[in-house]
Amino acid sequence: MSVTLVKERYSSKVGEVILGATSEQGGTRTSTVTVGGDSGLPFLQFEGETKNRPVIAMEVTDVVPTWNDMIKNQIGDVINNPVAWAKKCVDEYGADLIYLKFIGADPEGENRSPEDCARIVKEVLAAVGVPLIVEGCDDSAKNNEVITAIAEAAAGENLLLGLAEQDNYKSIAAAAMVHKHTLIARSPLDINICKQLNILINEMGLPLNKIVIDPTVAGLGFGIEYVYSIMERARLGALANDKMLSMPMICTVGHEANRCKEANASVEEFPGWGDLADRGVLWEAVTASGVLQVGASILVMRNPAAVKLVQKNIADMTAK
Amino acid sequence: MALTGLEIYKQLPKKNCGECGVPTCLAFAMALASGKASLDTCPYVTAEAREALDSAAAPPIKAIKFGKDSVLGDETVLFRHDKTFYHPTTLLINVSDTLSDDELNAKIQEIKGLEFERVGLQYSIEGVAVVNESGDAARFAKVAATVAAAVDKSLLLLSSDPAALKAALEPLAARKPLIGAATADNYEAIVNLAKENSVPVILKADGLNALEELVVKATALGYKEFVLDPGSRTPVQTLANLTHIRRLAIKKKFRPFGYPVIAFTSNTEPMEEIMEATVYVAKYASAVVLKTSVKAHVLPLMTIRQNIYTDPQKPIQVEAILHSVGNVNENSPLYVTTNFSLTYYSVEGEVETSKIPSYILAIDTDGTSVLTAYAAGKFEPEKIAAAMEASGIADKVKHRNVIIPGYVAVISGKLTEVSGWKTLVGPRESSGIVSFSKSL
Repeated sequence: MSVTLVKERYSSKVGEVILGATSEQGGTRTSTVTVGGDSGLPFLQFEGETKNRPVIAMEVTDVVPTWNDMIKNQIGDVINNPVAWAKKCVDEYGADLIYLKFIGADPEGENRSPEDCARIVKEVLAAVGVPLIVEGCDDSAKNNEVITAIAEAAAGENLLLGLAEQDNYKSIAAAAMVHKHTLIARSPLDINICKQLNILINEMGLPLNKIVIDPTVAGLGFGIEYVYSIMERARLGALANDKMLSMPMICTVGHEANRCKEANASVEEFPGWGDLADRGVLWEAVTASGVLQVGASILVMRNPAAVKLVQKNIADMTAK
Repeated sequence: MALTGLEIYKQLPKKNCGECGVPTCLAFAMALASGKASLDTCPYVTAEAREALDSAAAPPIKAIKFGKDSVLGDETVLFRHDKTFYHPTTLLINVSDTLSDDELNAKIQEIKGLEFERVGLQYSIEGVAVVNESGDAARFAKVAATVAAAVDKSLLLLSSDPAALKAALEPLAARKPLIGAATADNYEAIVNLAKENSVPVILKADGLNALEELVVKATALGYKEFVLDPGSRTPVQTLANLTHIRRLAIKKKFRPFGYPVIAFTSNTEPMEEIMEATVYVAKYASAVVLKTSVKAHVLPLMTIRQNIYTDPQKPIQVEAILHSVGNVNENSPLYVTTNFSLTYYSVEGEVETSKIPSYILAIDTDGTSVLTAYAAGKFEPEKIAAAMEASGIADKVKHRNVIIPGYVAVISGKLTEVSGWKTLVGPRESSGIVSFSKSL
């Protein structure tokens, strides 16, 4: 007797989003990255296609970040130089994308000018051939200025720009639209706001295949189960033909996982937790593995050793 | 799939005698469907109807208990947001009987150390899987006995040789180990051994069709305490099999697969193995056998397991009392937050990082976050003032300053009025506490 398996028939699939643009498409990237397009739940190859495997974007900051030494030591001297750092991420660690974050633009920090930020983007674009994700600082007014300047300077490159949020999306969405970039729409762990924000942005005229959802991840042990379920529901919504939940999802796992105490506290401080070196790496990698199981398309990561583990996990899960 | 009231009603005697305590048979059927009544209270239901209803009402996945309080299976949903996952994946550490005595002792010591405490929760590894790789029945029995004597955990005894399993199992039967694996070649001997000793047994076959055949044959021996192993040893195949088995059991009530599933990792590099195991924990494995037993590797895995198996409807709470961080003194600042564990531990983590000994008063908001509690009227100035009073904080510090989350700045005036304390508005996010604390 043979077992009749249950294979789900979904009425729709996750939308495909292309990042970057080659010279024929008006940019300077050596290749583009396509995410999304899945027609089933993650990695269930028997009933749907994982059309584009999930990709990893490595985080590069314009000023030396306050990360723990284990990560900084792996990156080495180039941590002072976003251009060389980005190049190392691509050449040495195999990053699919570079995620450039302008913490230096913060008015309470170095208060770097929008023009200066745009210059760095151009330099990184010249140094690497992969597509770029660019986010400004956490001050939303300043972020708008910075991203507008960058969007203009890098017109045609089809950057992935962040962040559009429910109460602040208009100027950044306009910048993306005018200069032909793609946009990150971030909602605070809330599927209704997520959907609403996509509607608002779409109503401005930005097509759905130019939007990527950031559901706001949480780190392992600090609420990852909330984002896990929200992403699972969003994915099921996309497969059931809910167009406003059909965008690929981006998860800033490096930022969230490395905020957790478990990724930073030494074994001397917490003998029960074991050595920090492997624990710190796994804290980020396991956070990534969790969101991969519920449909993350773009993982923004920090720790090169964690990136390596996640690359292996993705290879394992997409093996034929 | 539970039966509907109408489906149950068709099988009932329709006497409307009321002897079951419910006025009509239809009402009784409705009570049965919602789990509020038991079929036993109806004296007139026929044996055939009872059997049909019992098997239909049985849970889709059987609960299998073994060892020290390990419960496998007994799950009802495919997605945790549909209800919840009930029984966290049992984690077992692989111990081969080819280890020398010294290596064995070292491994046992490492396993004993797998006890963790984080954010107020205790985690510990549930069990040990003793694996007969030596081909020597006596060695297997000896290693199993050594492990059993050294650790007070659930045991899994794995051998394809019925004689070796018997030798290891019989002295340990009182510990109720899980045994395995019964395959198409040896199932009669091994399932009967399990039956004689009343212990659950793993049925292992290569692929789902073969597994179904084996379950049917094993059931014919008059035993049902099974754990399934579909034989796959690559991550992508294991994920597919775990999904198929869970779906068939729940959506189709496919009885042969109505049992918990055990997964074995294939990656040999320990950190890659942990990544693989996270997939099985998230996707329906009731037990996972791990080779690594390094603390730094097991803690992240146990954390994601705890997260995924948290009931989405019941937030985890901390005790709504006055907590202290560090060596508090009469000058220590007082922070107020809610008793939602994520909120509380986010605050506690940052306060700890600030290195300033402080008090944190957790207000009982039924485990909701600051803004949720405020919106629901559970984080009101009167309530905070009463909690401050009850906590005795006034006798512990000589200052009269209370720090509230930035998001509820609007209550500061009222709180000052009702408590008599000066209210300081802290940062909106706990991540701002470190710099805020320097300004105090």
